Amino acid sequence: MSVISPAVAPGHEEAAQATPSLARRTVQVFTRNKLALAGVVVLALLLLFCYVGPLVHPTDQVHTDLSQANLAPGSAGHLLGTTDLGYDLVGRLMVAGQSSLEVGLAAGVLATVFGTVWGAVSGYFGGWVDAAMMRVTDAALAIPAMFLLVVVSAIITPSKTVLILIIAAVAWLSPARLVRGEALSLRDREYVQAMRMMGGGGARAVFRHIVPNAIGTVIVNATFQVADAILYVSYLAFLGLSIPPPATDWGSMLSSGITYTQNGYWWLIFPAGIAIVLVVGAFNFIGDGLRDAFEVRLQKK
Amino acid sequence: MSEPLLSVDDLHVEIASRERTVHALAGVSLDLAPGEALGVVGESGSGKTMTALGVLGLLPSGGSITRGSVRFDGEDLVAGGEKRLQDVRGNTIGVVFQDPLTSLNPTMTIGAQVAEPLLLHRDISKKEAFARAQEMLGLVGMPQPAERMRNYPHQLSGGMRQRVAIAMALVCEPKLLIADEPTTALDVTTQHQILELVDDLRSRLGMAMILVTHDLGVIANRVDRVAVMYAGKIAERAGVRSLFRAPRHRYTEALFSALPEKAVVGATELRTIPGLPPNLALPQHGCRFAARCAFATDACRETEPELLGDDHAFACFHPVPPQQADPLADVVPGEERHAPALASGTPLLEIAGLRKDFPLSGGPFARSRGTVSAVGGVNLTVRKGETFGVVGESGCGKTTIGRMVAGLEDPTSGSITFEGQDLATMSRSRRRAHRRRIQLMFQDSTAAMDPRMRVGAILREPLVIQGVGDRAEQERIVAELLDAVGLPRGAVDRCPHEFSGGQRQRLGLARALTLSPELIVADEPVSALDVSVQAQILNLMRDLQRDRGLTYLFISHDLAVIRYLADTVGVMYLGKLVECGPADEVYEHPLHPYTRGLLDTVNVPDPERLDDTRKPLGGETPSAAAPPSGCRFRTRCPLAQDICARAEPAVTTPLGGTHQVACHFPLVEGTRAAAA
Repeated sequence: MSVISPAVAPGHEEAAQATPSLARRTVQVFTRNKLALAGVVVLALLLLFCYVGPLVHPTDQVHTDLSQANLAPGSAGHLLGTTDLGYDLVGRLMVAGQSSLEVGLAAGVLATVFGTVWGAVSGYFGGWVDAAMMRVTDAALAIPAMFLLVVVSAIITPSKTVLILIIAAVAWLSPARLVRGEALSLRDREYVQAMRMMGGGGARAVFRHIVPNAIGTVIVNATFQVADAILYVSYLAFLGLSIPPPATDWGSMLSSGITYTQNGYWWLIFPAGIAIVLVVGAFNFIGDGLRDAFEVRLQKK
Repeated sequence: MSEPLLSVDDLHVEIASRERTVHALAGVSLDLAPGEALGVVGESGSGKTMTALGVLGLLPSGGSITRGSVRFDGEDLVAGGEKRLQDVRGNTIGVVFQDPLTSLNPTMTIGAQVAEPLLLHRDISKKEAFARAQEMLGLVGMPQPAERMRNYPHQLSGGMRQRVAIAMALVCEPKLLIADEPTTALDVTTQHQILELVDDLRSRLGMAMILVTHDLGVIANRVDRVAVMYAGKIAERAGVRSLFRAPRHRYTEALFSALPEKAVVGATELRTIPGLPPNLALPQHGCRFAARCAFATDACRETEPELLGDDHAFACFHPVPPQQADPLADVVPGEERHAPALASGTPLLEIAGLRKDFPLSGGPFARSRGTVSAVGGVNLTVRKGETFGVVGESGCGKTTIGRMVAGLEDPTSGSITFEGQDLATMSRSRRRAHRRRIQLMFQDSTAAMDPRMRVGAILREPLVIQGVGDRAEQERIVAELLDAVGLPRGAVDRCPHEFSGGQRQRLGLARALTLSPELIVADEPVSALDVSVQAQILNLMRDLQRDRGLTYLFISHDLAVIRYLADTVGVMYLGKLVECGPADEVYEHPLHPYTRGLLDTVNVPDPERLDDTRKPLGGETPSAAAPPSGCRFRTRCPLAQDICARAEPAVTTPLGGTHQVACHFPLVEGTRAAAA
């Protein structure tokens, strides 16, 4: 207990105990969810594999070597065999994972940040501002995302940056709508009114009260956004519209491996496919865990 | 006493949640004779609702009866199990809950809902059940029951919905009616009508009743015996008259003297009960009230007193001596109530011709469907240093006035002048700075504080926005404010949801004071609090007013609270100020028939003060979307004549002085005789 001044009304002394921070309590609840914890572990392992792996297991992922093409797993020096162009598959997975994770994370975060601000502003100010901003969102939603992605990436040769931008450009719509809904209910809360009573303005309302109180929704949605973005990269790559070789990602690996399914070269498909499933699954479990954590935090009295 | 209808013996209830187990009831014993009315009264968390739910086996999730028995009509309900309870609920025991909106199914017609218990428990056809339901709706005073049968709950007013809930509870002609805060969500006048109805039906059908409530006024007038609960145990159990005449348990005594009704006659301070009720998740030793009791000794803290006595039982080692009979006589006359600032004070806030219409439409593209006239032309003057009380039922526009004064709502027309400056014509930047001088205290401080911020940040926010001082200076101001409202300085590191209701209201007051305003608009600041805590807050508000020279615009539906705190009172009805004047004059000599009716309707927490000269208000408040022409009160007024529909009454002062009334037939002696 900290200093108690003599002015404290009788019976209210215990109100001096500090409470653990919100973040710590959120973490407490989150760690109780075994599935979410497993998601974090899987994600950490994948990150280690992609970024530390090449230092442990250096391979040439630039020059092709057709003499070593399509070696089966277990061949000398190639734990998972080689690709149709003779790249070592383990090394290839690492490099591909780097671009998949980078594009997925960056696009997911970008979409979430932009969508959150858009939705919060739209919902807080309401009226004509809201009507106009939401019609933009509706219009953009009306265009099928896949179609837009295919057209854009067919026109411009995609680099990582371009991929991030075009995926974020279709993905910000759903957080925007979600946060707008939250903001609509939050702006009528009495604490926002109380802040207006003190003379505070719109910017303070949006960034100090609305966004922090919608943060649960935002973070949960962000994890799903990242998972979706990784899938988008894979779709595009599968259609051959991703980063050009020798760079690659897990989707491109699947796409090139599919040619050889009839030959029984399963190692060209399964490892990349499993990696995608693992990372998307991990993000979804983390999202579920976070949702529980945020909800419980607010329920607990 | 004959064989009891209901006999609860040593009932223990526990509610287990993830982190802790709350011992909600610790040995509650009750007897109820056939046809008898028992009141169960207590503050929130005292276990009164849990007792009612325990009898019915309707405990919340995680709740279980760990010990004890409930015998109803010679049968053990706890041992009988769920199957047996299903037979009893809605059949031989009827239940009415607090909120008629959530206890009715919004997708079913009224008729189907009232007939449902019959179809479940009686072997009759649907047609017969509906005929019986219609009869029942007529019996509970529902106008045009045949038409109402086809309505849905949202089409009815709150009072009418509660009548439906009562009809549902009574349709199987139960032997026992359990009413859990049946009128808490309703206005005074509707509350009175519902309680009258229950009383009437009870004597006609010969039912027993358990009335659970926190409202001592309701208990005093409606039951035969009372059980006072505190922290999961019965503290005192007695006949209603002997309890109110001479409470024996120290808690009951303290509770009675904390009532604002008991303090009006010249008292300066309300008696309060310090502190908070114990946390029932922790093991309890000794008397549960010991920590807050002025008479507690070591024996109280070590041994638990038993509930002893036959007709007047109480669990206290140091009971109030029986000769000290009248708690009313106990009121300290003290020094003079601080002199009303009426004539002397300069006007701080002047409101003239203030109107607010809310459009009935949904969004920028929807067509307007008319307007709701929330405030329909109000004039009033608040003088420096006084407390101006605005009183009225829900929907009378009192909150809207408060919000307009605080600047949260723009008036449709009219002016609000603060120290000679009109708020409406003020420039934006001036207005922003002006915000400091008027602050609002919310009814529900939980909702008014950002749940993600700590108390320190919440209290500092006004200073940050207005750019007052650096961080160290701001923290010093916050610490001072916490001292002023009686909270420890360490509270800055906690989150608002961890405080009790009373503590949060202290925080709300601290925040309103942060910018040292001159006027505080307090919108129902104590209506969500228990009596003992309410007294703490009201005293605190008075002390702060004296120390800091504050002016309050105090908005409340509670006539007793207003009378205790206010120097000047304004009575509102449907957007109009119908009467306004010095508090004592308005309460002693109401001039408007509405004020008179309101005062006559209020439940006085004293069973002996029931007299037949009281004329409670009937009817319901009309919709503000189509207010009556002329005088808005004419549809419910006993004195209404043709002129009332044609012309709006002007404000007059029939008694001279500052006591104003807007009525064609004010209740000065002549007309009052005619009305009686």
